[in-house]
Amino acid sequence: MEFKFTVENHEKVVKLFDNYPTKKAAIMPVLYIAQEQNGYISGEVIKEVSTILEVTEEDVMGVVTFYTMYHQHMPGKYHLQVCTNVSCMLRGAYDIWEAVKAKTGLKNGETSADGLFSLEEVECMGSCGTAPMIAVNEDFHENLTKEKALELIESLN
Amino acid sequence: MIAAYAIGANSAYVYIRGEYHKWIKLFQKALDEAYEAGLVGEKMKTTFGTKFHVNIYVHKGAGAYICGEESSLMNSIEGKRGYPRVKPPFPAQNGLWGNPTTINNVETLTNVPAIINKGWEWFSKIGAEKHPGTILYGVSGHVNKPGVYELPSGTLLTDIIYNYAGGVPGNKKIKCVIPGGSSMPPLRGDQLEGIAMDAESLKAAGSSIGTAGIMVMDEDTDLVRVLARISKFYYHESCGQCTPCREGTGWMVKILNRMAAGHGQKDDVELLLSVANNIDGNTICALGEAAAWPVKFMVSRFREEFESRMNNSLDHPSLNKVHSMRHSKITVE
Ligand code: SF4
Ligand code: FES
Repeated sequence: MEFKFTVENHEKVVKLFDNYPTKKAAIMPVLYIAQEQNGYISGEVIKEVSTILEVTEEDVMGVVTFYTMYHQHMPGKYHLQVCTNVSCMLRGAYDIWEAVKAKTGLKNGETSADGLFSLEEVECMGSCGTAPMIAVNEDFHENLTKEKALELIESLN
Repeated sequence: MIAAYAIGANSAYVYIRGEYHKWIKLFQKALDEAYEAGLVGEKMKTTFGTKFHVNIYVHKGAGAYICGEESSLMNSIEGKRGYPRVKPPFPAQNGLWGNPTTINNVETLTNVPAIINKGWEWFSKIGAEKHPGTILYGVSGHVNKPGVYELPSGTLLTDIIYNYAGGVPGNKKIKCVIPGGSSMPPLRGDQLEGIAMDAESLKAAGSSIGTAGIMVMDEDTDLVRVLARISKFYYHESCGQCTPCREGTGWMVKILNRMAAGHGQKDDVELLLSVANNIDGNTICALGEAAAWPVKFMVSRFREEFESRMNNSLDHPSLNKVHSMRHSKITVE
């Protein structure tokens, strides 16, 4: 499906050019805007971004594949990011991870058929002092236990 | 702004990791208000009656740990993959878009207003003599009150763990403490007495202050699993430019995973150390060392624990141990 920025988003993109001496430098924030509009970074998004920024599609693709926060597939309505890095692990993150996998029936990187959940095992989110944690989309849920994590998922619909 | 004024910079970028959505919005809001009030940007010339002005921009990261490395961070701002650059040239000579650039940690810069207001004599009296000021200690792991504590440099490690962070749950003994973030050499639980959290004291104790992220592990912790998890992190975050880092981190994970699963073979400890030693010092950026050090020091300081996980009857048929790992049943996740 062809991708075009909405008028409003296109304005945001143009405004970003003021922040950098080159158009290319706006790749990352422009991709964020595209992702918000489209849900994920499709081939069409890459094409459009490269045209607007006057760079090659490979330049854009390189950035998309380097950074983990650009989705290359449509994530679920709730993107569950479970941290299993050391500080979380020491406080039970793997129990939570296993429980969340069982509860949602998903493996790392999968999206549920109904599009409600997608699951990702993530590296440290900078919440070690309130570990263990799960981020749901942009929101951090901290100081979790297995029970609290399951309740959290229960509450999402 | 003060820092930009000090070095005569007209553009400043604040790079914030992408996962901090909430805080990025907060910061952007504060910045917008400052622009509106004429405290930043062109308008500040009139506000302050100076020739100097600086524009401040927020650049949001996107989930790459390596972008904390300064040259990688610059590539990221330039809209590229976050590959660290070969140094020299250093950023001060050839940085963002080829311009002289200075990169500072926010934690460093936050000291500036206090120093200006109260004077350097006041500041230099806080904490350890050669490393004055306060530090944000992020205490995590097996403590009753984990969290971030701002305390003077040189605070006793035991004081932080037992008084501020409330001690270890169930009064268990401490097996291991990593004092400066996961890449810094771990300390044994029986050597913590008297260690002060400043650069000099930790160096003398065989570790380093690093980020002052203190991870506490009680006596029941499986250090092989912990180290496997640390290694997995560096494997995941390696940018892939240097062969020793890209390949070595994966090998270390494989070896540690098979050890953790009870399939360690008889010379795995030596193999691990040799892989780590071959990464150390042979890479473009410090992530190589960051990956190698925990392995080197964790294994040497807790050797008995690692050796107990080797199975002397297991040996891969190939003479070349590195290649033999390709046939290993334990995979890197
Ligand atoms: S040491 Fe690792 S992270 Fe650093 S440049 Fe080399 S491959 Fe990349
Ligand atoms: S280890 Fe999970 S937030 Fe840091």
